[in-house]
Amino acid sequence: MTQKRAPTPEPANAELDEMVGEFLLESHEGLDRMDHDLLALERDPGSPEAIARIFRAMHTIKGTCGFLGFSKTEAVAHAAESLLGGLRDGEFAITPQIVTALLSTGDAIRHLLQEIEATGTEGSTDHRRLIETLVGLGVRRRQARPGARPRGRSAARSTAAARRSGPGRTRTPAAGRSPTDGPSESDEPLDVTADDAVGTHADTPSLVESAIRVDVGLLDGLMTLVGELVLARNQILQRTTIQQDPLLSTTAQRLDVITTELQEGIMKTRMQAIGTLWVKYPRVVRDLAIECGKQARIHTDGEDTELDRSLLEAIRDPLTHLVRNSVDHGIERPAARKKAGKPEEGVVAIRAYHEGGQVVVEVTDDGGGIDPADVKSRAVESGLVSAETAGQMGDREALNLIFLPGLSTAREVTRLSGRGVGMDVVKTNVERVGGNIDVQSRPGEGTTFKIKIPLTLAIIPALLVTAAGDRYAIPQVSLLELVRIAPEFVDQAIESIQGAPVYRLRGQLLPLVSLAGELGDLDTVLRGRRAIESGLGLPDRPAPGEDSALEPSDPTGPSRSEHGDEGDGAVNIVVLQADDRRFGLIVDGISDSAEIVVKPLGRDLKTIGVFAGATIMGDGRVGLILDVMGLAQRAHVVDQITDHGAIDHSAADESTGEDTAALLLFSDSTGGRMALALDLVDRLEEFPRSAVERSGPETVIQYRDEILPLVNVTDLLPEYRRKPRKKRHDGRPLPDLAGEQETIQVVVHEGEAGRVGVVVERIIDIVESAMDLQPASRPGVTGTLVIHDRVTEVLDLPELLAARDRTSGRRQKAGVA
Amino acid sequence: MSTKQLATFYAADRFLGIEVTRVQEVIRYQEITRAPLAPGEIRGLINLRGIIVVALDLRRRLGLEDDTEGAPPMNVVVRTDDGLVSFLVDRIGDVLEVDEERFEEPPETLRGTARELIRGAYKLDGALLLELDTDRALEVAA
Repeated sequence: MTQKRAPTPEPANAELDEMVGEFLLESHEGLDRMDHDLLALERDPGSPEAIARIFRAMHTIKGTCGFLGFSKTEAVAHAAESLLGGLRDGEFAITPQIVTALLSTGDAIRHLLQEIEATGTEGSTDHRRLIETLVGLGVRRRQARPGARPRGRSAARSTAAARRSGPGRTRTPAAGRSPTDGPSESDEPLDVTADDAVGTHADTPSLVESAIRVDVGLLDGLMTLVGELVLARNQILQRTTIQQDPLLSTTAQRLDVITTELQEGIMKTRMQAIGTLWVKYPRVVRDLAIECGKQARIHTDGEDTELDRSLLEAIRDPLTHLVRNSVDHGIERPAARKKAGKPEEGVVAIRAYHEGGQVVVEVTDDGGGIDPADVKSRAVESGLVSAETAGQMGDREALNLIFLPGLSTAREVTRLSGRGVGMDVVKTNVERVGGNIDVQSRPGEGTTFKIKIPLTLAIIPALLVTAAGDRYAIPQVSLLELVRIAPEFVDQAIESIQGAPVYRLRGQLLPLVSLAGELGDLDTVLRGRRAIESGLGLPDRPAPGEDSALEPSDPTGPSRSEHGDEGDGAVNIVVLQADDRRFGLIVDGISDSAEIVVKPLGRDLKTIGVFAGATIMGDGRVGLILDVMGLAQRAHVVDQITDHGAIDHSAADESTGEDTAALLLFSDSTGGRMALALDLVDRLEEFPRSAVERSGPETVIQYRDEILPLVNVTDLLPEYRRKPRKKRHDGRPLPDLAGEQETIQVVVHEGEAGRVGVVVERIIDIVESAMDLQPASRPGVTGTLVIHDRVTEVLDLPELLAARDRTSGRRQKAGVA
Repeated sequence: MSTKQLATFYAADRFLGIEVTRVQEVIRYQEITRAPLAPGEIRGLINLRGIIVVALDLRRRLGLEDDTEGAPPMNVVVRTDDGLVSFLVDRIGDVLEVDEERFEEPPETLRGTARELIRGAYKLDGALLLELDTDRALEVAA
């Protein structure tokens, strides 16, 4: 361990203790293996692998002792290593004496280790005699074979005492406690271990005795059994609520407590400190920093934080990647740091802690930070997002773009990172185990990556729901909240955009997905269709264009809404988080939350993609566990949004404060962009062009048992009214809707003068935008905004309609025609 | 003269058998949890003492009509590389020791899915026992 600089601070006592503990465990294992190998070697002297293994074991012990400052042990190990080096290089053959001496070495080192563990020092026992024996054996052999290559150098490095005593004779005055003749030409066993100290500390169990190594398979097996027990417990507990047997209830409660404790205990056996992953990082950071011409050190905190070993494995690579990234991209070169008034040496800090049943791991650097504008422009350059979308993003959204595949913010591609692969893989790996990752950065100050992962995967808390008569479990990690809409509010609460149902959750539009519908139950789809109709207040009699109005844009997709069938007509929405998106899952009923044991699914069912596993319910039946991410993908919640480009509206909210409003973004027939406050929008509908009728001067459509007057948005605006379009008289309805499309898009507005359908060319999006309006350019326009990088007029629809009504008396042909 | 043992069962009018070594156990009807979006042959999942087992409808797999009036199906649980799978059958028969010499390839007249799944027939006294190719029967197109 050569430390050219001092990147690591002086280890604190606790850290040192931990290192010593690991060293002790490792060394004991190494010694046990060595004994085994030595005995095998005695039987079969020609095994170079065995010699190499023993050599390595000694070498490791010697190296670590040197590092930790245990010089006595180091000297013993060193002498043994030299002897073994000669054996390895074939300078002399193994003899029973050598085997004996090496076995004694093992005993001596064990003794030293015991002393270290008990007292923290190597004790007072003298091992010089053993060292002399070892050196002597090597030297003697070499002398005995004059033709052998001289290997004097390694032997010569041994203690002066060994040299003094010369070959063959190893008696030293200090070893008075073992008054035998010491090793001679005879085969008599060496008695060089000082056994006086053995047993002195017998009252305290040693580390080796109190810790055992257990096969992971066995632990996995125990975990499975505990899972079974949890299930059996759940079944019994359910039973006790039915049967009024006091003895049964008491026993069941006892069983409950024991099971919970057992479950926790077994889970603990699988827990490992996260620090075990970090041991290598000081070295990684040091090497990488040198390679990049930077100065960096690592600071760690919370290495005792424990989590399930399978999860530990899962985050090993992502975490290493983040640490490397921090050095490679985060920390600046010393000159740049100096200029910025920072110490030349950068710090990469890793911190782990428990928070709300999850483990949080943070990797922070005090480097240059990530400039959101830079990420945006790179994302646009790489064609990952449109300039329009990028323009609309808040800083936090922009930073999260680094998790997109193919995006690298590294200015230069280095050997180690910056090739555009990595962060997306990090994200995927973290999400695979049910975790998530977030990035925060301040340009000039540094970057923090925050990984959140569950403690364990085997037993998880879940919400149990029903859909189409079946029960499903939804992992609590994905769950945000539950919303129940009472029957009388269903009509108002569930709205529709282009046939896709949405719900306004505290002002945010939440796309709704029907669980039963997604699971493809035909009957439910039909019922869901009816539910949509009633939910949206559509007439029983098919209204013109109802089909197109209800059909989602994806023609194969089943109807997106299914309202509760618990008889009361209420709608249960489970608000879920998938990736960065929220969506509402409509279920028939919400039954309970429970700890469930995740069991794997066979290949046939795994490939469906919407089930994460299965579990056994309280009544012994199987229940499927939903894969929320898979479900979102199937329902196009995730895709849909990616198309629209907005990653997280809530994030945009945070950055822009409260002065925002939801706007409906659309284009008129001239391609101009306009927006309308969503509050003014009653519904969005799509009608077939053929359903449009004329009633006198008005263009109308039959809608929900009434006649809805239609007006083209372009005709509302003063400019267009002053220069009326050339009118066609070919009898086609709505000649000026400039549409080759089969359908027309109508924004239904309920104003003072009743309902009006405003015909627009295309509905683009619903956006949440800060209302920093520029002054209006013409009457009827509240102001202009930049949305999606484009200047957009926000219409004052009530004023426009009032203006139309004022002029309609004089101009009979007002309205669309 | 070589013989082998087949566990036999019925699906509609078919008298079928599979190698007894592949069968873990035979159990009565268990409640099945539907697996939406799965291929039609997969009726769902059953709980076999804490192990989750896919229930494969053998009638459907063989392209036969669903049983509408009969008793609930029985489970023939077989071992596979991918865990346990249960064949849902109408009725269970005996374990029969059959003589290889009485084996014959399926006749040309046997068509469709059934032809791929049936290795051949053992000519028993008074009955034809069709040997099911277990592995092929398990290959349900996802």
